[in-house]
Order: sequence, then C-alpha cells, then structure tokens
Amino acid sequence: MTVNMTKGQAISLQKSDGGTLTSVRMGLGWQAAPRRGLFGSRTREIDLDASAVLFADKQPVDVVFFRHLVSDDGSVKHTGDNLVGGAGSGGDDEAILVDLQRVPVHIDQIVFTVNSFTGQTFQEVQNAFCRIVDETNGQELARYTLDGGGQYTAQIMAKVHRAGSGWQMTALGNPANGRTFQDLMPSILPHL
Amino acid sequence: MTAELVRGQNHTLPQTRLEIRVSAASPVVAGATLGDERGTVHGAEWVAHPGSPQLPGLEVSRQAAADHRLAVDLDALSDAVHRVTVFLALPPGSGRPVSFGAVAAPFVAVTGLDGTEIATFTLTGLDAESAVTALELYRRQGVWKVRAVGQGYAAGLAEMLADQGVTAAAELAASIQGAVASGLARSVAPPPRTPDGERVRHPARPAPSAGSGPPDAGPVTGDRHPAPAPGSEPLAEPSPAPAADTTAGGPINYAHPRRQTSAPPPPPPAAPPTAPGQPAQPVAGDATGWSMDERLYNQIWGMFEDLARAVAAYRSAVDFAESRMDQELERTLSDPRSRIGGTGDRAREEARARRDELTTRAREALDRDLAQLAAESAVVEPALPAAYAGWDNPVWHGYRVPMEIPMALRIGDLHLPERADLRIPLLVRLPLERGIWIDSGRTASDAAASTDGDQLRAAAVETAVAMAARLLAVYPADEFSVHVIDPAGSAAGGLAPLVGSGVLAVPPAAGAGGVASVLAHLTRRVDLVQMAVRAGAADSLPPDLDTGEQLLIVNDFPHGFDDRAVTQLRYLADEGPAVGVHLLMIADREDARAYGPVLDPLWRSLLRITPVADDHLADPWVGHAWTYEPLRAPQGSRVLQQVLALVAAARRAGYR
Repeated sequence: MTVNMTKGQAISLQKSDGGTLTSVRMGLGWQAAPRRGLFGSRTREIDLDASAVLFADKQPVDVVFFRHLVSDDGSVKHTGDNLVGGAGSGGDDEAILVDLQRVPVHIDQIVFTVNSFTGQTFQEVQNAFCRIVDETNGQELARYTLDGGGQYTAQIMAKVHRAGSGWQMTALGNPANGRTFQDLMPSILPHL
Repeated sequence: MTAELVRGQNHTLPQTRLEIRVSAASPVVAGATLGDERGTVHGAEWVAHPGSPQLPGLEVSRQAAADHRLAVDLDALSDAVHRVTVFLALPPGSGRPVSFGAVAAPFVAVTGLDGTEIATFTLTGLDAESAVTALELYRRQGVWKVRAVGQGYAAGLAEMLADQGVTAAAELAASIQGAVASGLARSVAPPPRTPDGERVRHPARPAPSAGSGPPDAGPVTGDRHPAPAPGSEPLAEPSPAPAADTTAGGPINYAHPRRQTSAPPPPPPAAPPTAPGQPAQPVAGDATGWSMDERLYNQIWGMFEDLARAVAAYRSAVDFAESRMDQELERTLSDPRSRIGGTGDRAREEARARRDELTTRAREALDRDLAQLAAESAVVEPALPAAYAGWDNPVWHGYRVPMEIPMALRIGDLHLPERADLRIPLLVRLPLERGIWIDSGRTASDAAASTDGDQLRAAAVETAVAMAARLLAVYPADEFSVHVIDPAGSAAGGLAPLVGSGVLAVPPAAGAGGVASVLAHLTRRVDLVQMAVRAGAADSLPPDLDTGEQLLIVNDFPHGFDDRAVTQLRYLADEGPAVGVHLLMIADREDARAYGPVLDPLWRSLLRITPVADDHLADPWVGHAWTYEPLRAPQGSRVLQQVLALVAAARRAGYR
C-alpha cells in the first residue's frame, strides 16, 4: 500500500496498527539518461546526492550528506555516496536511515533534499524517485517521483517533523537550484 | 519466504532469472549440465564447467572456490533444454579432501537477482562421493521448478556425466578437472616469503582447523568508523592487521587472507527473548566477528561509539536549550513593553521553563541510553579475556601463558563526565602499531595538579611496568621480550616487579654506556630484519638474533642520551613498529625542551597516555575529550607479581 504523494501532502508516520514508526529510510534512485545524437549509446554520468538537514527550532543543527555520513548523535545515517546512479531501475542508489527514536529531543524537523552534483537538470535523469520506507518491515510508505523534468538541479523532497509524540512526514517537492544542500538553505527555510 | 528443501522435494520457481549460490567448507568445482525431456545430456557443449563457463542462459565460475554464484536465465535457454542440473565436484590435487564425507555439508541456495532466497538445500549425508548433483531445475508443463537431488558419485565426475548420458564422459571429466587445476595454478600467487620471526609468526598455534582460531586480520569495520573527527589527539582507528600466512611450510593456504575459514563462525550468543516494549537484554559478544575475541572487540568499539554519540546528542540538545533561552531573554530585555508590570518577569520565567523542560527531556533520553550501555558493560566486563580485562577481573587469577597473540590489548579505561562510572575499555591492536608515551610531566588535569612531581614520576613508572607486564602476559612466552633503559637508576623501585620476577633477559641498562649499547643492539635488529624483509632473505638472519617482538622501556628521557642516541631512538620510533620493535617512553616533554621542535615528530608518533586521569584523548567520531585512566591492580593485590612469575616460569621452560 504505497501512497503516491503530491506536493504539500502530509502523511502521519503512524503505523496502521497505531504504533509509531521507529526507523525510516529515505531512498533515492535514478538512472542516467542516454544522450541523444550520433553516439546514442553513450550516457553521461549523473551524480545525484541525497542529504538530510536536522533543524532545531528552524536552526540547522546538523547535516548528513556525502561528506558527513553519520549525524553526530548517530541517529541519521547515510549509506554512502553513489556517483553514477543505478544500472537498472528499482533499487535505492542512495539512502538515508533515520532512527526516529534516537533523534535528539531538540531536533524537531528533518528535511530531505536531492541535488544534482554534476549539474544536470532533472530533465536528463530517468526514473528518479524518492521514497520513504518503514525500515523495520521494508514497507514503502510514500513515493515521490522526480518527474516533470524541469530545468532544476535540486529538489527539496520532504520533511519529517515532530507532531505530538510521534512524527509526521510532509512532501514538499519544491524545485530549486544548487550543487549541494548549502545552496538550498535559503529555499529550505520557508518550508520549516 | 525461503523453502528449505529436503532431498527429493521440489518447489515452483517464481521467476526465470536466478542465481544459484553454493557455499562449501573447501574449494569445490561447480557446474551445470543441460538435459532434454528425458534428462539426456547431448555431449560436452551441453555442460557448463570451469573450462567452458558460459552457455546461453547459464554461466558458472571459472575455477574451484568455496563460494560460487551461478547465473541462470531460464528464458534464454534453448527450447530443447528441459532440465538444468547443478553439480559439485571436489577439485583434484594432493592435500585436498578426496570425498565429500571429509568436508562440511555444502549448501546451495536458489535466489532471485536481488539476493532473496527462494529455496535452499543442504547436502547432508554424503560420504565417499567426490561428485554430487545438487539441484535440478526442470520444466514441467511450462513452469520451471527446482528439485533437491543430492545424488553422489563415488567414482567422481566421470560417473556422474556417464549417468546423464554423456558418451565421452571420462574425457569430459578429465578436461573439467584439467581446467580447474590450471585455474588453481593461475589464481594463486606465490605467497610472500615471511622471514622467520617476522611479526606475524604464530608458531605456537595449534594446527588450524575449521571454525577455530581467531582470524589474523581485523574486522571489516565498514562505516562504523568513519574519518576521525578533529580532536586533541585522535585515537587510532581499529585498523585491520596485516594478513598472515599461518601455514608456513605446509600446503599453500588458498583461504582469503581475511577469512580464515569458509565455514560460518559459531553463532553469536543469542539474547533471551524480551518482553515487548523493553530494550533487549545485553549479551556479551553480541557483535560480528569470526571469534569471541573479535566479537568482544567489535562490541566494545560499538559501545564506545554509542556512548560518544549518545552524549553528543545530549550535549547538543542542552547547548541548544541554553542558546534558545539566551535569545529569548535578550528579546525580552530589548522589548520596551516588558518593562511595564510583570510582563518581563513572566517572559523570563517562561524562557527558563522552556530551557528546563528541554534539558530534562534530553537528560531522560541520555539516562535511557546510559542505562542500556551500563547494563551491557556489566555483562561484557566479566566475559572479557585477560587481554581485554582490567587487573581486577578474576580472569587474571586463572591466568595461563597463552599460545597465541590476542587481537588487541586493553591499555586503559575511558569515560566521559556525564557518567564517570561507565568505563569503556581502550583497546589497541596487537602487534602495537605505534609506540606509547607515558607522560610523567605536569598536565592540565586536576589529578596531575594535586600530585607532586615525584609522585607523578613514580606513577608513570608504575603504569609503564603494568603495561609491560600486560604485554608480556598476552604474548606466547618466547615471543616478547622487554628491554629497559634507566640511565640514572631513578626507577629502580618501580621497576622491581619486572626485575624481581626474572622476565627481563638483562637488567635495566644504566649510564650513557648502557643506553648506547641497548640502542645499538635494537637498531641493528631493526636494520637487519628490514633488510631481510626487503631482500626476501629471512633465512640469512644471524642465528643469534632474537626474532620475537621487543619492547624498549625508556625512563628519564633524555637523561643519558647524547645526540647519537636520540637519533637512534627516533629511528626506532619510526622504523621499529613494522619489524616488531616498540617503544614505551616514560618522559616529561619539558625535560627534553633543549632539543626544541626537533623532537616534535617523535612525540607525535607515540600514543600519549597519562599515569593519572586526564582528558586528552578524542574519539574518532565526534571528538569528545575522553578521560583516560590507566589500569591499576587493586590495592594490596599481588596479581601483577603472580602473572609475571608465571610468565617468567614459562620463559625459563621455553629456553631449556
């Protein structure tokens, strides 16, 4: 039962049985687009990067990205940089694991972003998606397709934020431009 | 959902692109034959084997190995093919098992491309057979199924192929085994010649057998230990030790250097089932590894990291609470309305309440984590082997001289101010990768400030003696020796346990002459072993050279050292660890001030520890300042002397 999310839609990260989620994974997958033209079989490498920024009361406190793979508190982990995307479709090429129970108490929002490090716009990327998976049972909770193929190099994907005693996820799907998450900070702040 | 098949059982395959994984305890040949409706194999071109590894829709490995992955695409097979039979055979060669009865039962699994297991089968009950058909994939009414076969052939591949209708079965079997033999020859580089007595020697080890003995190399630490964070003095990462060839003189060891046996390690101790909602009960050895030693080592590093991160989460939450309160107070002050009536006071109180509330919640989260780690520590500490245990651990009272070098040695305890009684053992890998400097100087810590200089020096010598005793105790008797330089004889009292027990081959060297002769001796040793290693001529080392590891304790540096001796010491610090000569310096950096920055590289190359509690060590993850405390024998305990006496007795017995 996968929810295909649209921009701005919020889902609560509660399990159907009422228990709260303990561990979620943000997965990012993509395929390099084949270049049209004489040498049609040649593809250019596309490096998309997934990042997670941890906010406390709208101040960035920590960030998890390809140069800092584990947040200082150990609750958010990046599985490692993938520079070329997936050969086939389907699997996550980069993933960020969030152990929601261990997130420090002052962190109230975690924003996930995707950037094109090599500078291609999403027009050139195929089968790009972002999904949120319940890590305990592998069930996909939400999927956001990076289609539309706009002239953008970055996307602010989603945020998970505290709501009551649990967590909620809101799909943002906001296009932006930038090489790494630092470039996105001005565009992230309005969403907090 | 994996189907665990028994012999003869079948299972429908949900997909047509498959992998067949084979794992065995020793290298085996894996191949597959293609058969028609009646199961007949029409000649050599219907057999995929190491000499001809690819057929349409089928690929097998090119050589014998303990682990195989066979790729099968059932859709790509020719229509005439109705059956794919996966077979295993033992490769030829002397010194190898000749029948499946002599090795652990092979295991085969049919998996999807993503690695999910569809069906598995363990080939039990084999005896004199040297070839066996493991699985059959067959077409039944347009659907592919898998059947567990497990039919063995005592006469080997030829009999098996003949049974499947191959006419020139013997020739084909011979060509398969020929391809395997040449594959083996091709794949094995001659092992590097290990000089006798190089640091990776394990002569006292019992014959390696499957499933026993620690691996020679370290754990694959993976992302558990990312790049060190900047800090005052980053601890060395637990890095893999150099691989060793343990079977000197025997048949060539084909095992992966970091995986000593292909049989799975004994399972880790299982935690008892827990009540729902409760954290799991901690269990000692609850980590990955091929031996209990390695599991405990990884578990301790895991606890170290978890404590570092839990405290990082707490500190960052508290910092945030404070800075938020400051901002709110500032805002109240600058707001003119807050000057009227009680508005300002109320706002201030609110800000404080918000700070307290967040701090309380952060503390609760920290306490929860600390309680979990303390519970883990409480079960892990008593389970530690001597090399990882403190002197107060009863394991030292049952001490016996070991037959092999442990993976690591505990050289102290680490803790953080948030919970001073939660001690993490500081483990360093053996053989030592860098020298150790016990700082007898006055440091910034409270403990050092309240101790006078002479006491500090005495404590430093005591720490050094305890450390040397631990090293002597965890090495096999004839593989570690200690030299002492005490130029002015100022540490004679502190060194008494080493001198009195008779573990030193020669008494501590005194005076400039003694310094020069010990340094010259060790420098010569490093030089000779290095030359022998580079030239690959270990046999030509002089027979009087002690090839065990050497520890040089230097007290009172630079007293009694001339320029030449200082240069030799720096040479030993730089070049020694690689050839088994290690430094243990007891020194106050102030004493060597006259040398200026020339000695800075020396100090930096050594792991600095202190004889009293001092917070100068940084963890590699978040860079907290950890308080280090050396290991002390309990008051009045003679455990150190008893252990040294046993070591000395074993050494005397060894020399006889």
